[in-house]
Parts: sequence; C-alpha cells; structure tokens
Amino acid sequence: MFAYIVRRLGLMLVTLFGISVVIFFLLRIVPGNIVDILFDAAGFVDPADKASLERDLGIDQPLVMQYLHWIGGLLRGDLGYSYVSEKPALEEILPRIPITARLAGLALLFSASIGIPLGVISAVYQGSRIDYTLRVVSLSGLSLPSFWLGLLILMAGVSLFGNIPIFNPNPKTFGEYFSTYCLPSLAVAFRSSALTMRITRSSMLEVLRQDYIRTARAKGASEASVNFHHALKNAILPVITVVGIEAAFLIGGLIVTETVFNVPGVARFLVEAIRWRDYPIVQNLVMFIAVVVVVANFTVDMLYAVFDPRIRYTD
Amino acid sequence: MATVNYDIELKRAGATATHGWRRLLFFARRYILGTVGLVIMVAFVLTALFADLICRYDPLTVDSAHALAHPDARHWMGTDSFGRDVWARIIHGARISLAVGIGSTALGSSIGVIIGLTSGYLSGWVDLVFQRITDILQSLPLLVLALVMTAALGPSLPNVIIAIAIPLIPIVARVIRANTLALREQPFVEAAKSIGMSEMRIALRHVLPNTLAPLIVLATAQLGSTILTEASLSFLGLGIPEPYPSWGRMLSESAAEYVRTAPWLVIFPGVAISLAVFGTNLFGDALRDILDPRQRG
Repeated sequence: MFAYIVRRLGLMLVTLFGISVVIFFLLRIVPGNIVDILFDAAGFVDPADKASLERDLGIDQPLVMQYLHWIGGLLRGDLGYSYVSEKPALEEILPRIPITARLAGLALLFSASIGIPLGVISAVYQGSRIDYTLRVVSLSGLSLPSFWLGLLILMAGVSLFGNIPIFNPNPKTFGEYFSTYCLPSLAVAFRSSALTMRITRSSMLEVLRQDYIRTARAKGASEASVNFHHALKNAILPVITVVGIEAAFLIGGLIVTETVFNVPGVARFLVEAIRWRDYPIVQNLVMFIAVVVVVANFTVDMLYAVFDPRIRYTD
Repeated sequence: MATVNYDIELKRAGATATHGWRRLLFFARRYILGTVGLVIMVAFVLTALFADLICRYDPLTVDSAHALAHPDARHWMGTDSFGRDVWARIIHGARISLAVGIGSTALGSSIGVIIGLTSGYLSGWVDLVFQRITDILQSLPLLVLALVMTAALGPSLPNVIIAIAIPLIPIVARVIRANTLALREQPFVEAAKSIGMSEMRIALRHVLPNTLAPLIVLATAQLGSTILTEASLSFLGLGIPEPYPSWGRMLSESAAEYVRTAPWLVIFPGVAISLAVFGTNLFGDALRDILDPRQRG
C-alpha cells in the first residue's frame, strides 16, 4: 500500500510537470504579447518604451528562462504579477477561490442528492414507464448547455420577480443566499446529477443481478432493505468515483455559469484572463485546476480502498 | 470477441423479420428513443446541407431598421440587435455545429485510434510515453483545455475544431488501448502470428477492425459533447468569430440583457443546441445498446 501511494504521488508530480510545460508553451505560440496589445491600443509609441516594458515584465528573456522563473516562483509560493491589474497574482486568485468552491460544493450536493435516489428508482423499476421518463430526463440533462439553463433561470427570475438575481458578496437572508449561490449551482448540478443518475442506475442494475440479492430476497428481506441496504451499499462505489471526478470537472460548467450569473469566482476569472492574455493569471489558474483534478483522482482511488475492503493496492 | 452478430441478436430479441424494411421497422420499434434520436440527427444534417433552400433570408444581412423585431409572419423567430433574421441564423448555424461536431470528433478519434493502437500494440516505452501524455491531457477539464487551445490558436472555425479535437484524443486512445491489449491475447492474433503475418498487418487487419464497435459508440457519445463545447466556447466569445451564425455565439454574454427585453434571442438558439445534442445522445445510447451489448443496462 505504502509503495503504491509513493508511486502514485510520483506520477502525480510527473503529470503536473507535464501540464506546466504544455500550458506555458501553448500560451506562447500565439504571436503578440500583452505589450503588443497595450501598445496597439495606444497608437504610435516609442519602441524604446516598448522594450523597457517588455524588460519589466520579463518577456524579453528566452522562453526556457521565463519558464524556469515561473516554476521557481511557483515552488516558493510566488505566482508573479497580473499584467492587467499589476497586483500579485496570488492576491487576485485567492479571494475568488472560496466563491467557486462554494458553488462547486453546492452543485455536488445537489447532483448527489438528486442523482443517486433517481438512479436507484430507475434501476429498481427497470423497463417501466418511470424508468423511461427518468432516462429521457437524464439525457436531456446531458444535452442542455448549462449556460442556457442559467439564462432560462434568469428569465424565470424576470417573469416571477421582475428582476435578475444579482450576485451579492455578503448574502444575509436565505433568499439572498439562494439567489447568489443556489441558483447558479443548480444550473451546473442539472448536468452532473444526470451523469450521477446514469451511473447509479447502471451500477445498481449490475448489483441487483447478483446472487446475494436473490438470497436476501429468499430469506424474506423487505424490498426496501434489499434495494438500499444490500444493493445500494455495493452499487455506490462507481458512483463515488464519478462524483469525485465530477467534483474536479465541474469547473467546465462553472466557467459558463459564473459568466451568466456574473459571479466573480475563479472560473469566470480564467476566461477574462485568457481574453486579456494575462499569462501569469492564466497559467497559474490552469495549474491550480490541474492540481485539483489530480488530487481528486488520487483521493477517489484511496477512498476506493477505504470503502471496499476487497481492494488492496499492492503494486 | 467484440463483434456482433446481428441476426442472432435479432432472433434473441424476438424478431421474425430477416431483411429489408421489416428489419429496419423492428429496430425502430425496439429502440424507439434511438430512432427519435436518429430522426433528429438526420433532420439536423439535412438542415445543414440545405440551409440555403430552407430560409429566404441571408443570416449575415444587417437590417438596422428592423432590429430586435418580435417573432412574426416575416421573421418567424424575430431579429437580433443588428436586425439579422434569427431563423436564418439558426438554420445556417446548424452548418457550424455540424462542421465542428463531425470535424473534431473525426480528427480526435483518428489520432486517438493511432495512439491507442500503437500504445497497446507496441507496449514498452512507447506505451509509457503515450500513457503519460494522455494522463497530462486528461488532467484538465475538456472546456479548460479547449479554452487554452483556442486562446493559443486564435478564434476561427478550423482552430476551434482542432481545439476541441485535442481533448478527445486521450479519451479515445484510452479505450482503444485497453481494447487492443485484450485483443492481442486472443487466439486469432496468435494464429495470425503463427502463419508469419507481420505485426503491422495484424494490427491493421485483425486488431483494428475489432476495435471499431467501441470506437463508433464512443465517437457518437462524444459528438454531443463536442457540439456543446463549441457552443460554450462561442458563448464565451472565444470560439467562432462574428459574424458567423454559431448557436453559442448567438447566446453570447449580451444574452443576459435580452432575457428581459428580447427573450426570443435566448430561447431559440438554446433550443437548437439542446435538440441537436439530445438527438445525438439518444442515438448514441441506442447505438451502444446495439453494438456493445455487454454494457446494456
């Protein structure tokens, strides 16, 4: 087990190193940097000014040096400065993380609390009308773009209350909290609850076919006991994997949803930084997302061993 | 073996028809949802092909005198802030969605197949290197990777296709690799080896055709997500550039303003995206049931 964990941690580092290289050089294959953008907007300028600004930002150095500078800083906890706001990147990124984390947490909660029970129902009543309906609904969940769902929620807000819910940094009442955090996370959760439901359903079906379920029924256990106590307990494992991995991948849905609801979180910030070619922000944010994904994957693998005593990592 | 014998499958399902239309009808009745999906997909493709014949208006013609017109007999779906006909833009938008959907799925799948097959067949250090590359590509959510790719390449149709295809490569490569590893141990590969067939020929003639069923299932499943990703990228203003009628672009950020004043600008493009993706998802699900019976629920 210990050797396995060490190996996994080593692989994680290799992956993160690879991502840092890919992101860094990807962002720099495009011609034109922030200095060009700023100076294009200003019209005619002195090339000497341009050169001195490039020197200040460190983008006159060879790419490899720039990369080493970035990684060196990263390891010391120094993420460089945002080109746009000229504030330290860490100061820009850190306050936005809790907002996105709260949205992601709520979305995950909604997705599990909607998806798992519906998945169980769908599997227990396999082939029935309710199963069909739930399957179509879940497929539609995978088909609706979350930004459109967000827009529809805004539209409902307009027709019901006459205005659009506006982001409130310090929600006090439940209503404010609901419109600030719950509505955007519901827009994201619709899709992931559909995914959770489908996985729960197929995992439940797999388990319900097994012999020990028949045994449980034969000894007279109630339907509810069979479904929830015997079956769901074993069917939940693949669901944990998907929910865990979804936790990290929710960021994709959050990018568009934060944009729709004007939520000042990290996900929307990434899009803004990409538009501005604010490299220090983009590369650090992408690295942050990668770390979250890699750590989530690792945690899920470890949870597997905790939840299922049959699994032992030996290699 | 992963190949499917349709006649046996049909007989097991209780079909008496053996060929022609009756067989097709049987499939349609057995996989109602899949048939609905297929119909939507066919309608979608036809719309894209014959967009010019379907609507009278040009999707790019600006008519500021009729900006933000409500839906009526002349403009079925109203007009946008430039006075462009929304119906015409939706119909022509099918072309972009289809081009991106098919283009990036085909590109991503073919590169994924090459990598997966080489990786699974050669194993050793080639496999190790490819595995690490797929690990790296899979540690970023699809939309994040596509966003960074479009930022690097610049917004244009071919670049959007490439940007969406690249995140697909590891997904396809993983499945094909696992399949190849399993197939390599099969007796028919051993037989081919024993009669002196070259490794390359075995890989292409024996292993590759047997990975087609999972590949088709996977590619159809990905089709919907590529259309969604294009819509998201364009929605964020980093996908298909103006003035081209991309569904996502029509819903771009300014859409939040129109929620109050011009709801038709929000509703119709969203319905178009959802319907197209829903169709491919329905069809993809049915296809998985047919081609990959082991996964059947």
